[in-house]
Formats: sequence, C-alpha cells, structure tokens
Amino acid sequence: MAGTTGKTLNLKLRIWRQSGPDKEGSFVDYEAKNISTDASFLEMLDVINVELVKKGEDPIEFDHDCREGICGSCSMVINGSPHGPDRGTATCQLHMRRFQDGQTVVVEPFRAKAFPLVKDLAVDRSSFDRIIQSGGYISVNTGNAPDANSLPVPKENADMAFAAATCIGCGACVAACKNASASLFVSAKLAHLALLPQGQAERDQRTLKMVAQMDEEGFGACTNTGACSAACPKEISLENIARMNRDYAKATLKDRKTSV
Amino acid sequence: MSIKLESNTPEGPIEQKWDSHRFSMKLVNPANKRKYQVIVVGTGLAGASASASLAELGYNVKTFCIHDTPRRAHSIAAQGGINAAKNYPNDGDSIFRLFYDTVKGGDFRAREANVYRLAQISNLIIDQCVAQGVPFAREYGGLLDNRSFGGAQVSRTFYARGQTGQQLLLGAYSAMMRQVGLGKVKLFPRREMLDLVVVNGQARGITVRNLTTGEIESHAADAVLLATGGYGNVYFLSTNAMKSNVTAAWRCHKKGAAFANPCFTQIHPTCIPRSGDYQSKLTLMSESLRNDGRVWVPKNKGDSRPPQQIPEEDRDYYLERIYPSFGNLVPRDVASRQAKFRVDEGRGVGPTGEAVYLDFADSIRRLGQKAIEAKYGNLFQMYEKITGENPYEVPMRIFPAVHYTMGGLWVDYNLQSTIPGLHVLGEANFSDHGANRLGASALMQGLADGYFVIPYTLGNYLASQDLPKIDTDHSAFQESQNQVRARLDQFFSINGSKTADEFHRELGQLMWEYVGMSRTAEGLTQAQEKIAKVREEFWQNLKMTGQKDYRNDELEKAGRVADFLELGELMAKDGFDRKESCGGHFREDYQTPENEALRDDQNFCHVGAYEYLGQENNKITWQRHHEELSFEYVKLSTRSYK
Repeated sequence: MAGTTGKTLNLKLRIWRQSGPDKEGSFVDYEAKNISTDASFLEMLDVINVELVKKGEDPIEFDHDCREGICGSCSMVINGSPHGPDRGTATCQLHMRRFQDGQTVVVEPFRAKAFPLVKDLAVDRSSFDRIIQSGGYISVNTGNAPDANSLPVPKENADMAFAAATCIGCGACVAACKNASASLFVSAKLAHLALLPQGQAERDQRTLKMVAQMDEEGFGACTNTGACSAACPKEISLENIARMNRDYAKATLKDRKTSV
Repeated sequence: MSIKLESNTPEGPIEQKWDSHRFSMKLVNPANKRKYQVIVVGTGLAGASASASLAELGYNVKTFCIHDTPRRAHSIAAQGGINAAKNYPNDGDSIFRLFYDTVKGGDFRAREANVYRLAQISNLIIDQCVAQGVPFAREYGGLLDNRSFGGAQVSRTFYARGQTGQQLLLGAYSAMMRQVGLGKVKLFPRREMLDLVVVNGQARGITVRNLTTGEIESHAADAVLLATGGYGNVYFLSTNAMKSNVTAAWRCHKKGAAFANPCFTQIHPTCIPRSGDYQSKLTLMSESLRNDGRVWVPKNKGDSRPPQQIPEEDRDYYLERIYPSFGNLVPRDVASRQAKFRVDEGRGVGPTGEAVYLDFADSIRRLGQKAIEAKYGNLFQMYEKITGENPYEVPMRIFPAVHYTMGGLWVDYNLQSTIPGLHVLGEANFSDHGANRLGASALMQGLADGYFVIPYTLGNYLASQDLPKIDTDHSAFQESQNQVRARLDQFFSINGSKTADEFHRELGQLMWEYVGMSRTAEGLTQAQEKIAKVREEFWQNLKMTGQKDYRNDELEKAGRVADFLELGELMAKDGFDRKESCGGHFREDYQTPENEALRDDQNFCHVGAYEYLGQENNKITWQRHHEELSFEYVKLSTRSYK
C-alpha cells in the first residue's frame, strides 16, 4: 500500500455508523493498517470499505465526488473538527501524512437539525438549496444580457465578490457552529451578489428572503464566534456576516411590507 | 432497423446558417409552451443552463441529478477558463479565428457548421454569465481580463482564478434554482437514470432509481434532454469525479442512440502523477499554468540530481525546442504525447520516472511570487496538499491523465440523437471538438448547448411532432421498470468474491495500456478480447453487499462498472476501426517520421457512429456507420504548431 515516499502508518478509527435517520447510531471501532502517508483521508476509508465488502458487511457510506476540494460533498467531522485538522482544507484534500502512526481518529457526520442524517456519515443538505432558491440569484433571463464590458466593476469589488462566491456549500460552517447557524453560507452568497453592480436591483429583497428561509429551515442564530470561518475549507471571511447584518437592518427599515 | 446519420446542417454560407435556421424553425407559441413537459438529466453546465432557459421560456421542466444538490456536478471542478471571440485584448481574434482554431485543434474531425455556431454563440455566453453575477477576473480599470490557452495565439480565455467552472456552474445553478422557486423546474436530486423509455420510436420518459430510498420511479415527458457528461472514468483513474459515469448515455445507446467516435479521448498533459495502488482519482493542474510554467526534462538519461541543481545547459525544454511558435502552449494531445515520448526515452523524473517538470522559476523571477500567487494560488495550494511539495520552490511534477471524452452520443445540428426526442448536450454528445478538444472550450460548449442552442431547436422538435398524450401508466414504463429491477436483482444474486471497484481497476488498466495515449492494431484487438473476459467474470464473480431498497454505494458502482465494461470494448473496437492517427487518437502504425499524427483524409474524414445490434451470451455486436465530413471553410491540412 506504500506510495511514492514508501511511508505507511496504522490508525485506530472510531466511526459513526447509523443505518438510517430513524435508526439508532453508535461508534464502531476499525483498524486501518499499512496506510500510505501519500493517500488521502477518503482513500484510507476506501481501503477500509473494500475490507468490509469482502467480509459481506455494509461499507461506511459517506458523500464524496470530485476529491479535489471543490464539489462540497464531504461532510465529516474528524477528531472534532469539520473536515479535520487542516485549515482551508476539505476532507478529500486531507492527506494521511498529517496523522501520526498509532493515532486514534474519531469520524462522525456533520450534526445539525437542518441537516438530517441519511446514513453513516452522509447527511441531507437540501436546506441549502432551498435558501438559494428563495433569492440567491440575479433575475436575468437567458438572452437579456448587455455586453459584458458595458459595466466596469472595480477590481477590488470583483475580487471580494469572487472570494465570497468560492463557497462550496459543504455545510462545515453549520457543523462547526455551536448554534448550527448557516450565517456564513447565507452571507457569502449575499455578499457575492451585493458587491457587484448587477446584484443591486434585488439586494434588499434578496437579503430579507434568504434570511427568512434560513430561519425557516431551523438553522440557529449567529453569535459572531467565528468557528464557521475557521472550519471553512475555502476560508470564507466573517466580514460577510457583518455585511449581511448591515444589509438586513437596512432592508428591514426600507421594506414597505414590514414597516407600518 | 438501421439508423441514418442525417446531420440536418442548414444550407447557405457558414456565417448565415444558424441565423437562417433560427428563422426557418417552427416556434411554440408562449401559451402552448406550458403544455409541454421536458425532462433534463444532469445538472452540470449544460443541464443546468438548459433547465433554466427552457423554464424561462415557459416549458415545464423536470430536472434530475445524481448528487444531493445540483451544485455538485463535475463542471464545478473545471479550473482554467472559457473561450470567447470577444477580441477585448485587440490581438486579432474574431469569430472566424475561434472557429478556425477549434476545427484545426480538433484535427478536422468535427462538423464545421456546429463549430462555427459555437464560436458565434461564445460571446453571448460571456454577456449572460456577467449579467448573472459570475465574478470573472478583471483588470484595474474594471473591465474583463483574458489569458491564453493551448492551441491559440490570441488571449481569448475568460477566467475566475483557477475556479472558472465553479463560478459558471453556480451561475447556471442559481438561474435554475430561481426557476425551482417559481415552480417551473421540478428538481429530483439523488436520482440515477437507469433507462430511457421509448414509445412509438420517440423518447418519452426515463426510469430512475432514487439513490436515497432505493425506489424505482418512472417519469414521462414530451422530450428527454441528456446532459450527463463524459465517460473518462472508464479508465478508472481520471480527473473525473468519482460518480461521473456513462450509464445514462449507455442505456440510451442500447435503446437505439448511435454512439459516435468513442475512441476520441483527451489525455490532459498536466496532471499530478499517480503515487500508489490506493489511488482513487487523479487531479488536474490547469492548462493555464502553461502560460507561465516551462515544461522540461533533463537532457541526460538517469540524471537524478534534484531539479534546482540541474543547470540550464543540462535541461531540455522540449516543447519550446520542437514547437517554437506555440512553445509550451501547444494543444493538449501534442503536449501529452511529447511527455510520454520523454518518459519512454528514460528521461522522466520523480520517484516513478513517470513525470516531467513544469517549472515556474523564470516567471517568479520575472513577475514576482505575488503575481504568480494571484493567478494560480489555489492550484499551487492544491498541488502542495496532494504531493507535500512547495511548487513555488520546487518545479511541479506532472504527467498526462485521462480528462475528457470528445466522443459521445451522436447528435445532428439540432442536438438530437438518432432517437427522435432524445437530445444530448455538453460532453455527453460528440459534436464540436473533433478528435481533440482545445483548453477552455468545454465550458463554452456546455453553456452554448444549454443557454443558446437547445431553447431554439427543442421548440422546433415539439412544434413539428405528433406527440400523443402519454403518462407513466403506459406499458412501456412498466416494462422498463421490470428490466431495471431484474438487473439490480442480478447484481445481488451473483454472490461472488470481487468488488465492483476491483473489476473497475482491472478494466482501467487494460484501457490505459491498450486504448491510452498510444495505440496499436494488435493492442486494440487484444483489448477487445481481454475486456470481454473481465466482463464475463464480472457477471459471475461480483460481490455485492447492503440493501436494494436504501442508499447503497456498492450497488450504484456495480451498475456503472457493468456499463463501462461494455463501453470499453466499443472504444477499443473504434480505435481499431479508425486506421489513422488524429488528435487524441494516436496509432503507432500511422505516424510521420517526426512522430506526429498521420491522418488519412481519404478514408477517415468522417464521424464513426456505432449502432448497438444486440448481445448474445457475452458477445456484443455493433454496426459502424459514417457521417462524412466536408471542409469548405478551413482547408484540410496537416496540423502544425511548429
């Protein structure tokens, strides 16, 4: 199993197993042996799963797809941290050279009321889609667009909008938050669109709708602790939450439907 | 029953074909659009943009994806950029030049009229994306920035750092989610299409498995749009995502859709080399890196000094040496082949000897580390995470890997397959890239098909067809469900000892060895036999665990591997049948004295499309059909980047 560096390690794994949302779950211990330090964390789980399947047991189910840190599928908490110990790193980009031989590694799913468990380490994050569908867009039908260079955008704003737009929708922010708040996710989308001239027409309504949907989905309130940003694989800034709160206050004051 | 490959390319000068076609096509009046139901399978760039655009027009759309959310489709991982003929840099670009470069880049194996339309539409895509809020890179004056990609001598690539695919997909996703909110798109996440339902010769629905509950569902419609991506995972190791697969397209193929140019696969030159047996996938390093990185190997075999200690005079910057005009920015097929030649000569680098250097030292000296970081920061970080080496200090080690498939279901100019009502978009079709795709053209094609082609051509289909009302009570849906269920049962009844992944790895090794970067008649013959053997064993020795009626990743994998085991054989067969070299299809028996691809325009200036005839025991029979290609605007010539 050795990779190009030829180094391997052994780990004790404690993995959350739960066969369905209504079933009882528990930690189950596994031994990972001779794992190459060049392998990724998910490739280590692949090795365990092959052994389980060979024994006729149910493999550990986890969401994964691109394995390059961009699709946002990974949803596991490793030794208490969403996506594991490295900053700015999704689980799929975490490599085994980061662990010590003989270490115990505890793996559990993202836990939040708004992310119901599906199986083992897989959770249902469709609440994020419903937040986006409530207003996370610019209403422009195909074919309506003016020339792309007709509206200059200051580079600084474009760069900040891009930084906010790099959110991969994994939900680590929610998993890291003691209140399971989705404020970092929601504010990142709001900031991306609020920083661009194209996003101004719907700015107030977008803020009100997305915040209302976030509350409706059962996410908790934000207390500005910052655990979300620390856990974010794309290192989305807490500044976005400040911008969201400011925009929300402004939009509420201006909103004809709520003001008397 | 024999299929006919009618391209339905409109008459007239190439500049006017699409305009005149748009005028001559029938329209569905706005009040009637809401009477039609359309199914879209896949939510990458092509599927999401088609779903949004069709819903905006008033059609009722049902959209299906295999992920938990449509935003995870693998378009998200495209790094480098998207081409358009805007000519913003004033460096001589034009629609005709983008058209010309794409036809030449594809080694004259694409349909001219399709490529011209793609170049025309390219500019509209950039406008649309900017209006949606896609945060493309900008200059200090606030206008859009461009960079260069392989196969072009102009800068026409728009980008969002190394995450262009992500930003474009989130644009299309948000446009689609707006329609979900408005009730015009009904979204079905975690559904895998396992069959196409054909009634009276028309595609009228699909059978899917709910990947969470295990339920088998039927969905009926007036037309089915397939936007399910490429089949590069047939090689097991590729830059594709783990779930990317051929199943939806393959099920359509077996229902009568011709499969075109299956052997045209793109091996991308700049990927992180493989490191061990546990490896589950390969990671791409964007082609954009070749703007500032220089590719080299040591001049001398067995030079094991660390790269920084190898002096200039002992380095061979072989792309700059062989191709002085294009240098490091030669097209992908050329760069990959040259890397393979260096490794075959024994001049490869790194612990496995299967790599070449991509070196940024000169650019860092010239522009400063900050400038390089601003352009490629996330790619450098990704490289460091995977390899544990810092590419600002040590040259990257790169090697070619399977990345994209130019082949796919055959479609006419209207994107319709050989089954009426089944339209195929994006990488899933074969249409625009010929035998080699240029960098930054995949995003362009996916969005062109979804935003600006299908909204017109689908209307024409619906308005000109007799489409009797059909719902899922029709016996064809029940039959399809029965077949799907029987196949799932079969996986469980084998009770063998090898996992789906083990078969997949075996297939992948055969594909890489015999149907990879360099192919021979003998190897391709052997591959067909060996793949058939693996397939035979698969159906006798597959190990399956878990439940049928709940989430089960092993069951999903088995279904996909079963289809790859058929496709692999067809790819080898097509590689054998196409007795020439062109683009990514390199036959050692057809090459110039300088080891360049030797085309045979006399006999192979055509699209090879296969009709599935049937299967007896383990023997599958296909019939090869031709669509002749003619080149009126770009003269057939030997491709040269020297």
